[in-house]
Amino acid sequence: MSQQLDFESHINALEARIRELRLSASEGEIDVADEIEKLSIKVETQLKQVYQKLTPWQKVEVSRHESRPHAQDYIDHLIQEYQPLAGDRAFAEDAAIVGGMGYFFGKPCMVIGHEKGRDTRGRIKHNFGMPRPEGFRKARRLIDLAGKFHLPVISFVDTAGAYPGLDAEARGQAEAIARSIQACIRVPSPFVAVITGEGGSGGAIAIAAADRLLMLEHAVYSVISPEGCASILWRDSSHRETAAKSLQITAQSLNELGITDEVISEPTGGAHRDHPATFRRVSNALKRHLNDLGAIPAEQLIEQRWQRYLKLNTA
Amino acid sequence: MNWLENFVRPKLQALVSRDHSDSAENKWRSCPNCAQMLFLNDLPKNLYLCQQCGHHLRMPAPARLESIFDSGFTNLPEVAVVEDPLKFRDKKRYLDRLKDSRAKMKCQDAVQSAFGTIAGEKAVAAVFDFRFMGGSMGSAAGSALVQAANKALSEQCGLIVFTSSGGARMQEGIISLMQLPRSIIATEMLQQAGLPYIVVLCDPTTGGVSASFAMLGDIHIAEPGATIGFAGRRVIEQTVRETLPEGFQQAEDLIDKGVIDMIVPREDIAARLGLLLHLMGGKARLLTENDDSSDHDDAAHNHSEDDGSGVEKSAPVVS
Repeated sequence: MSQQLDFESHINALEARIRELRLSASEGEIDVADEIEKLSIKVETQLKQVYQKLTPWQKVEVSRHESRPHAQDYIDHLIQEYQPLAGDRAFAEDAAIVGGMGYFFGKPCMVIGHEKGRDTRGRIKHNFGMPRPEGFRKARRLIDLAGKFHLPVISFVDTAGAYPGLDAEARGQAEAIARSIQACIRVPSPFVAVITGEGGSGGAIAIAAADRLLMLEHAVYSVISPEGCASILWRDSSHRETAAKSLQITAQSLNELGITDEVISEPTGGAHRDHPATFRRVSNALKRHLNDLGAIPAEQLIEQRWQRYLKLNTA
Repeated sequence: MNWLENFVRPKLQALVSRDHSDSAENKWRSCPNCAQMLFLNDLPKNLYLCQQCGHHLRMPAPARLESIFDSGFTNLPEVAVVEDPLKFRDKKRYLDRLKDSRAKMKCQDAVQSAFGTIAGEKAVAAVFDFRFMGGSMGSAAGSALVQAANKALSEQCGLIVFTSSGGARMQEGIISLMQLPRSIIATEMLQQAGLPYIVVLCDPTTGGVSASFAMLGDIHIAEPGATIGFAGRRVIEQTVRETLPEGFQQAEDLIDKGVIDMIVPREDIAARLGLLLHLMGGKARLLTENDDSSDHDDAAHNHSEDDGSGVEKSAPVVS
């Protein structure tokens, strides 16, 4: 069984009970179909109740859930003939950012995303989705390529943030992020970003300064992690729940603030409980927004993208 | 300069002067580097440099503007923004923090800008003031940068930004993160217009400020001793679980890492900016070095300078 969240422990218990019953049923002892049916309805109802009322901090936990679909999963299910591209052409390949070309509903596109990795080996390989400068430089390279060939860009954002390490600093982490954002605001083709899980500050916006910003229902997007904010402003990281609330990092808050263009609803109980349904919903939303943007001439596209940021919060 | 000068004397002075650091009716402060007591009234005329060790103290924005522009510059009006978009409060309300900072600093937010000439060259300068909530970048700072870029466009001159900031302003949440692309768009406007954009990285320049417009200058100048980087020292130490080497993220180290072009002491900055702006303007200039008859009184001293700033006129006297 995968990672358990505290606030759904009672549901997990019901799910465990269902599994037990199924097991005994398969051993042919008693007829348990009715019982399983009843429990399943109960699970469904309770999941709905819990997930409708998630607190901002609980959303942070859901957004970080290890079984949520990752960038590579979205690519595998949404992109045909995917051709992964690698390397920053200067120093190294950074697997914290994955990306390449392929077809989305038959049209060529460029896709990039943060990949956190699925198991221990994967997580180490992908550095838990925390890019070093070479990752951001690869992202920049891919976005520039998309511009050259007028390919629409799709990005899947899911990172705790840029990697805070000695090596990353020595190779110019700040500059690498800045250049990646610059590539985003320059690219003369449609660009849709989806925050699928954790949108962690500079590391996230490096590939998210797009024409359209979509967010999954239980994803979060923030200038700083609630823990980091709490330890700075409250001098105590245990205030993370208050910080999560104050920072307004949920898809719902950000939609009210006018930051997102669409909140994509997740299957009951969160994206981690039903990958195929999540892929369908994300795929539909992407298709719709890329179609809209495809009708806009490149120059106007960039102008609109700039105005989106320039006008923000001006009195 | 030797070991005795640099190490022993400051330490001794620190021992002697420690007891006085909070006294004397706030008319004194101690140098963060050598603990020498500095008289507050003397700081502006000394460009906020420690007269003992040369340490570059953080400089208030008004004094900075005064020190780099020739006389007769004009301040740009401060831009109005939607305040406190998140209704944020931690231990204190963000609105109250803003109110306190404004009352203390007598300005609206962390960035102040002006237009004028620097060593004879037309320029707009935007200056971060670390005293205003750590120089943090929220929508007001972002707007100030956009405004400064627009002014440079309309005047067809260069833009200089002096950074001194911990990064994005947390109290504005996602709105402050959006200032990263926003400020980069401001630099992009200059890029498209072919106008010079110079960043002077002052202590400290980190987080969202370094990860946006501050690292996209045509030329990067740093002040001596400035801390420049993305992640904070403490965060990195917690991640890598080791103490960081001396000089880490400091201007003197970053020049070796290829992050900055040059380190320029504060007293030389105006002259250097003027020279760089002139070079980027691409116009020919008659240099006194080539003038054998050297009939100017002040021309001779340029020959002896080893910093390469062979400006035709002597550096403007700043006070």
